[in-house]
Amino acid sequence: MSLYALCFILFSIGLYCLLVKRNLVKKIIGLGIAEYAVNLFFILLGFKENAEAPIIDKYAATQNFVDPLPQALILTSIVIGLGVMAVMVAISVRIYEKYRTFDIREIRRLKG
Amino acid sequence: MLEHHVIILLMIAGAIVAMELEDMLSSVIALGAVGIGLTLEFLLLRAPDLAITQLVVEILSLIILIRATVGVKLPPEKVKGRIGYFLFAVVFVVAFLVFSYRALGALPAFGSPIMKMGSLYVKEALAKTGAANIVSAVILDFRGYDTLGEATILFTSVIGVLAIVRKVGRKP
Repeated sequence: MSLYALCFILFSIGLYCLLVKRNLVKKIIGLGIAEYAVNLFFILLGFKENAEAPIIDKYAATQNFVDPLPQALILTSIVIGLGVMAVMVAISVRIYEKYRTFDIREIRRLKG
Repeated sequence: MLEHHVIILLMIAGAIVAMELEDMLSSVIALGAVGIGLTLEFLLLRAPDLAITQLVVEILSLIILIRATVGVKLPPEKVKGRIGYFLFAVVFVVAFLVFSYRALGALPAFGSPIMKMGSLYVKEALAKTGAANIVSAVILDFRGYDTLGEATILFTSVIGVLAIVRKVGRKP
């Protein structure tokens, strides 16, 4: 149970960083931390005591594996996270080239 | 049991450092430290495929983020007028933690998963797909459409990045 609580604390650090920081790169970092916490939480839910990694071995015939389903889903989620981060960083680089700042309060030429 | 706590506490420390450092390059590298801790934790949780993927993705995202921060000079951040935002964020985060703490009781205990669907995969993966690695049997065979969607998203994001960063054909 305490591991789940630590995982929630890691997620809330990412959430706080996403809400409070005004630097675009810091916001991207906060989103990345929250994503790590979610991935870790799913794998923690699928862990089984004294079990093996889900790879069938011909010589050690055991059926005592950890849950393979969350691992397969999180494998997809990690790769999608990379794609999302690449798009966010590309937009941030364009914004820096145009406005010379990462501060979201200064980026308001379209406002009003 | 203890090693999981130690690694997650190290990840929390790295996350706080990454959040609070002024220099953006340093905080990007601290985020890399958090990702490496996540890789170790995946290895300890018996997920070698995930550890490999996380390591590769971590290195790639570190390179991408360094591209965003290198050569950037920012004035120091002004701190006036942010107490309202700060209080709002703290209330929001504390409410999230309280609700998630209440929800902890409904989860299965650590180390004894439900495995309603997973036990079926474990039983039938070798006979139905012929793959010794059950995770690859799930992503490439049982849930192949998910992987097709993942490849589509990755392709779309590559097209998006190319459309955003290219310079030819842009009017001055």
